Amino acid sequence: MATETSQPKVLEIKDLVTRFYTTDGIVKAVDGVSYDVHEGEIVGVVGESGSGKSVTALSVMRLIPPPGGRIEAGEALLDGEDMLKMSEERVLEVRGAKIAMIFQEPMTSLNPVLTIGRQLTEALETHLDMSREQASNRAGDLLDMVGIPDGRNRLNDYPHQFSGGMRQRVMIAMGLSCEPRLLIADEPTTALDVTIQAQILELMQRLNEELNTAVIIITHNLGVVARYAHWINVMYAGKIVESGPAETIFKNPRHPYTIGLLSSVPRLDEPRKAKLDPIEGMPPDLMNLPGGCSFRPRCPFAIDRCAEEYPPFELVDGTTDQHKACWVDVTQVSAAKAGSDN
Amino acid sequence: MTQTDVEVTGHGTEQYTGEYLLEVNNLKMYFPVNSRGIIPRHVADVKAVDDISFFVRKGETLGVVGESGCGKTTVGRSIMQVYKITEGEIMFEGVDLAKLSPGRMRRMRRRLQMIFQDPYSSLNPRMTAGSIIGEPIRIHNMSSSRGDYVDQVEELLRVVGLNPYMRDRYPHEFSGGQRQRISVARALAVRPSLIICDEPVSALDVSIQAQVINLLEELQEQFDLTYIFIAHDLSVVRHISDRVAVMYLGKIVEIATREELYENPLHPYTRALLSAVPIPDPIVERQRERIVLTGDVPSPIRPPSGCRFHTRCPIAIDVCTEEDPEFREMGGDHWVACHRV
Repeated sequence: MATETSQPKVLEIKDLVTRFYTTDGIVKAVDGVSYDVHEGEIVGVVGESGSGKSVTALSVMRLIPPPGGRIEAGEALLDGEDMLKMSEERVLEVRGAKIAMIFQEPMTSLNPVLTIGRQLTEALETHLDMSREQASNRAGDLLDMVGIPDGRNRLNDYPHQFSGGMRQRVMIAMGLSCEPRLLIADEPTTALDVTIQAQILELMQRLNEELNTAVIIITHNLGVVARYAHWINVMYAGKIVESGPAETIFKNPRHPYTIGLLSSVPRLDEPRKAKLDPIEGMPPDLMNLPGGCSFRPRCPFAIDRCAEEYPPFELVDGTTDQHKACWVDVTQVSAAKAGSDN
Repeated sequence: MTQTDVEVTGHGTEQYTGEYLLEVNNLKMYFPVNSRGIIPRHVADVKAVDDISFFVRKGETLGVVGESGCGKTTVGRSIMQVYKITEGEIMFEGVDLAKLSPGRMRRMRRRLQMIFQDPYSSLNPRMTAGSIIGEPIRIHNMSSSRGDYVDQVEELLRVVGLNPYMRDRYPHEFSGGQRQRISVARALAVRPSLIICDEPVSALDVSIQAQVINLLEELQEQFDLTYIFIAHDLSVVRHISDRVAVMYLGKIVEIATREELYENPLHPYTRALLSAVPIPDPIVERQRERIVLTGDVPSPIRPPSGCRFHTRCPIAIDVCTEEDPEFREMGGDHWVACHRV
């Protein structure tokens, strides 16, 4: 599974900073985020609301709404070309053709007054210079590909005639219509039922394998990406706090936040716990972050140093590809802590 | 039984001592679909809940799971008498709620309360936390004086883990998890015996969900509460429930104790649901057999003939398309409606 990282990079995000200037203050939504996505790789970006996981993706897509939202620094190289420095015209060429994004709410992200067919053919005509007829043929193929029964005959239907799962399939079909290099899926299954969620994730994995499309799955649910992601980035308060190959992150999480996230959800494959272990406290207020490490107020491992300096994002000792931003070596502490807790 | 004769006083029916706090028999809730035009005609029904029966024991938590549109929320609201139910009996503390007059039902609501999914829309943005929590106390005349009222509100805030000084704040000043705590405090204010929790944690961040679940469990013990916990997240339901009912398209297809349902699911729908729940462990996940159901849930206006699940069932046979399977007991409190079991 680690083979993907040896592939060429499709996307390279470097030190991205995105802020929102509001009447109440400055929201540091993304605060120095860097990560790569390689060809054919599925990257899971995990974090809770306000972690900056979606804003990072929107910044890359150049979809940060002005005037409040500003990308202040950083680079986002898509095949070596910086998305953040492109002209508006170039962005329109690239978006949809080389990089595409699908959103959480399939109910609101389709245009209700255009047919499904029209919404699919629009990108094909714009980016691939297809004729109406070619485009609508291709649109039929796409609906078949994403598993909409009798897709060809549903091109003239409107979004309200589709169920939630089917709309999300349409979104995926739209995203993949021009065979982009990279597909960003922002909470693609959150609004869907578990059985439909399974269908959609299987579909995305199949398309990733068949078309070699790199995929970023943004989610708050670690379970969703466990099966599919090769690489995981965990975000908290605008920063990546831990990253590594999926197996490592789930098996040996080293950042207290990742550990907390994993242990706060009940697991079906484990004996039922008498009590859940939540992460105490509240999600961070991005206008008012504490000094030092942002996770400190909720962290059971925090030491004095955590209040003073934000920890560097460094390689975890004894590993070759797992990084974390934490002063504490949790493996040293947890043994002692486990003894005192129980 | 002369249930309707039981006097419902301002204090409800605390004296009730039966084993089943709630017994729902043959509940049907149909919503009419009318044709458009000058004179609307009744053309069909959305059979949101179609002939279901179950009970809830005093002090236990019954989980109700199912996908959107399965009728789980309608069950909760039917029990609360938010709707005039189409048919059936809702015996709560020995009283059939469906037969109560609106005035008596209002007094009865003191005994059963509800918590909703979205703490952003279920709290009145123009009321302070204190008045939101105190409103039911005022409505049901449960305080002896102004001072007593304030004491009760502050105590409730404390009980749900909020600080009493927060009572003058407005909902927008609270985080999602804190708002859900306010909803819980409001429900607790009238000292109910049953609380219907409709997706109480699904709008919250993962790390906060666990806080609210722990709170609900602590309160259950402290106040001897009975819960109906409606949710789509099967891992959460397993954690909190004593027994679990699985719904599909307006029917209960399986109901069993927690251990039975999760260790030994009998209905193919329950099995598919369980296999679809993601487990946060790549190694376990990649080895799991997943039953991926094809297609979507059919329309509850024209549910499929016979067993409603047969259109998506991986093991359906001819009889499934013709006969509605009987809901039968398989022993040990385990009930299932399937021809193939």
